[in-house]
Amino acid sequence: MSAFVQHTDADRRAMLRTIGVSALEELFADIPESIRAKGGLPIEQGVTEPETLGKLAKLAAKNVSAASHVCFAGGGMYDVAVPAATGAIASRPEFSTSYTPYQAEVSQGTLQAIYEFQTIVARLTALDLSNASMYDGGTALAEAVILASGAREGNRVLVTPHLNPHHREILNTMLEPTGLEIVELPRSGLRTDVAAITADAQKGAVAVVLQQPNFYGALEDMKAAGQALQGATKPLFIASVDMSSLAMLEPPGAYGADIAVGEAQPLGFPMSFGGPAAGVFAAKAEYLRRMPGRIAGMGKDVHGNRAFTLTFQTREQHIRRSKATSNICTNQSLLALMATVTTALLGETGRRLAAKVSAEKAWSLSRRLTQIPGVELADPDAAFFREFAIRLPREVSPRAILRKMRERGFLAGIPLDPLPGGGRGLLIAVTEKRLWSEIEAYVTAFRAAVEAERGGARSPETVSQAAR
Amino acid sequence: MDTIFEICRPGRRGFRIPEEATEGREPHGIPNEFLRKKPADLPENAELAVLRHYTRMSILNHHIERDMYPLGSCTMKYNPKMAEIAAAMPGFRDLHPWQSEEEIQGALELLVEFQERLAKVLGMHAVSLQPAAGAHGELTCLLMARKYFADRGEKRTKVIVPDSAHGTNPASATFGGFETVEVPSNDRGEVDIDALAKAVGPDSAVMMLTLPNTLGLFESRILDIARIVHDAGALLYMDGANFNAIVGQVRPGDVPFDLLHLNLHKTFATPHGGGGPGAGPIAASAALAPYLPAPMPSRSANGTYFLDEARPKSVGRVHSFLGNFGILVRAYSYLLYHGADGLREISENAVLSANYLRMKLHGEYEVAHDRICMHEVVLSGRRQKALGVRTMDIAKRLLDFGFHPPTVYFPLIVEEAIMIEPTESENIETLDRFADAMLEIAREARENPQVVKNAPHTTPVGRVDEAGAARNPNLCWSRACGPG
Repeated sequence: MSAFVQHTDADRRAMLRTIGVSALEELFADIPESIRAKGGLPIEQGVTEPETLGKLAKLAAKNVSAASHVCFAGGGMYDVAVPAATGAIASRPEFSTSYTPYQAEVSQGTLQAIYEFQTIVARLTALDLSNASMYDGGTALAEAVILASGAREGNRVLVTPHLNPHHREILNTMLEPTGLEIVELPRSGLRTDVAAITADAQKGAVAVVLQQPNFYGALEDMKAAGQALQGATKPLFIASVDMSSLAMLEPPGAYGADIAVGEAQPLGFPMSFGGPAAGVFAAKAEYLRRMPGRIAGMGKDVHGNRAFTLTFQTREQHIRRSKATSNICTNQSLLALMATVTTALLGETGRRLAAKVSAEKAWSLSRRLTQIPGVELADPDAAFFREFAIRLPREVSPRAILRKMRERGFLAGIPLDPLPGGGRGLLIAVTEKRLWSEIEAYVTAFRAAVEAERGGARSPETVSQAAR
Repeated sequence: MDTIFEICRPGRRGFRIPEEATEGREPHGIPNEFLRKKPADLPENAELAVLRHYTRMSILNHHIERDMYPLGSCTMKYNPKMAEIAAAMPGFRDLHPWQSEEEIQGALELLVEFQERLAKVLGMHAVSLQPAAGAHGELTCLLMARKYFADRGEKRTKVIVPDSAHGTNPASATFGGFETVEVPSNDRGEVDIDALAKAVGPDSAVMMLTLPNTLGLFESRILDIARIVHDAGALLYMDGANFNAIVGQVRPGDVPFDLLHLNLHKTFATPHGGGGPGAGPIAASAALAPYLPAPMPSRSANGTYFLDEARPKSVGRVHSFLGNFGILVRAYSYLLYHGADGLREISENAVLSANYLRMKLHGEYEVAHDRICMHEVVLSGRRQKALGVRTMDIAKRLLDFGFHPPTVYFPLIVEEAIMIEPTESENIETLDRFADAMLEIAREARENPQVVKNAPHTTPVGRVDEAGAARNPNLCWSRACGPG
């Protein structure tokens, strides 16, 4: 018997008497006999709490994680520092076990947290507005393109070839009913050829999607893109950004983006294998009535005191139904709260330092790795923030390097096999959690791994050549 | 209450960055043109000030550990602490989503086991855990249906929903590229079978049916509905928002439904975090299973686990990674804990409690359909409205008694609707206390309506002027950080 059901047998009998039936089964009499689940569900019986946790602990122990290994993997989620105070706030039941704040009078905590999140997002992106958050960075991007398809005439969307590949897959899935054709812009090394965003190319396009930094870590010329996108009927400029870069890098508002989307996780909550995440959605004021998702506002109560409430709900599905701006009713409130609390703890100075020190360590790591013979930056002309792509010697397999690095205690990055334009490499990220000593150890381990692979890889080849 | 932007002072720090003193020791190599010129102006505070700020905010919230939360159709039940321990295990919490399959065997095993068990509980062929919320699951299923019909060369453009449907159903239909057709409910609160038979046709793609429906009633003619929909060549979809009422009683695959979604915070008690995260697993029949999202966590013949990307008919990816994994861990712990009989107890006790409240309240309040209900009972505030007291007033007055109000003004087809879902979590004393509060408010509506109309009287803020907030939008704090 569950510890989460309180009725005793005596309670149940009393309640059945009140209802006027003699047995529980009578309450289910509307279910046709032929589809009743007789004989119980075909799964095992329940166990106690310690047994449940024991089983899950065994599964957790089968994983290698950023808790056991030093993590240099990125690609949209990062092993960032999560302050203890953030976890403490987010585990308060007042925040974690409440529902969507429909009744503002008893939801001021959640509503104010959303308002503060919206403000932080607006400030980081330098845009006018933010919503309460979306499922994740990828779905936020899809919603942005859907918004654009309603705001502009056209049948195409221009997309960077260096978009996070998972986000690109989400676009393929979610945009299918819109009939929009997804057209990839040409690439220039690991950057997007933004010169291709010509007036001609813009014809019939509802939006241009760029990512900053892009999936390969490279910084795009967003300013040039913004300058190319001018005029009242131009395609919407959608920037998918690394939120943790924005205390240091130019924000979307500064280069003329209409909408900024991104993943909130790098602002400071655990990776949790990719979810729960939280999508950021910020926009210029003119798109307010087209925005998807919840929005909180500051207003007044009947006594004239400050009070927060959900607002502009007439955009939403529970009122507009088939004419809503989105089908979304969930945001990722608890994650948005964590991003807000971490930002409040770091402050302007901490956010800037976290970005800057990561960038410096990443730059240093890239310099040291490229001193290893045969290892080079995949695009030496591209500037990067705190994540970069390297090209490995031709005979060295990225997966083999990752395996060797794991044996030495590292999650060394993401395999790029192939790199755009050919060759093989790795995508390596450095967060503010990484120490100089870990960078040092990484370089040593990496050098050994590459040398071992070259040696190991060369001999069979040599043998086979000799045989020929 | 002041915002974080008003209580801060530049120069305070609540968290130090590792080795921040080495700033500038080496260059970062980023050209000036890429660097931010105007600071973001983020608030600066010490740790204790931040903790106090958010703790003070938090206590302004109603939550499930404080008192009953009978929000009908949203289902707010107790969220076991055990699940929090599970999700916070470092092997889950600190897993990077791009790690290789050999490093994430435990996580994949968990996902596969959960998929398999959910499929058995649902009687469905296969499950995907990727959608991040119920509405996300709805949309994913409609995209699957779209692809299924396209593959069959059938042009079907319409989604049928009852007039009692959740708003997400027609909204998802629109974003799935379908038109919505609404069918009326009959005087028993169920789908009007004759109207349904007239509405379906060769252009019908999917009927989305909430079961039990949003009036808290099981569609007693479910087998007729399934036959009519299937005879027309359309698919039958279950909005599983209310599955907590029938878990262990009916397996949707036996109806048979072709597609469905669940909301894990409802049936499997995951915490809803003030509006999210949720999780919206979906399930499909054998014919629709090939269309489920990719990649799919799978078990290979040798017992290892992998991500199956080779799904040629799949709708593709709907989430950046594998869904809200941390929520799935919590839900799976709940499933393991309860097992076969435990899950059945949930529906039994939830239904028992709802009917108990119906009997306690049906003297003073009109019940939309006064017959045996499932997990929730829908009242109408029509009698009280005649006295000048609106349902919203009753909801606000309940706050003074310490309860979160029920869902109000939904379903749309019930005038002044009050939708009460006690869940299996509440004991009989709490149910009695809630019923007493509702009866007291009904008495006040007759004898002292002003006290109801001016409610709430005891909450952290008075009734909030929502119209005013929309007229003068203030969606971000616009002043510089700092006091005054």
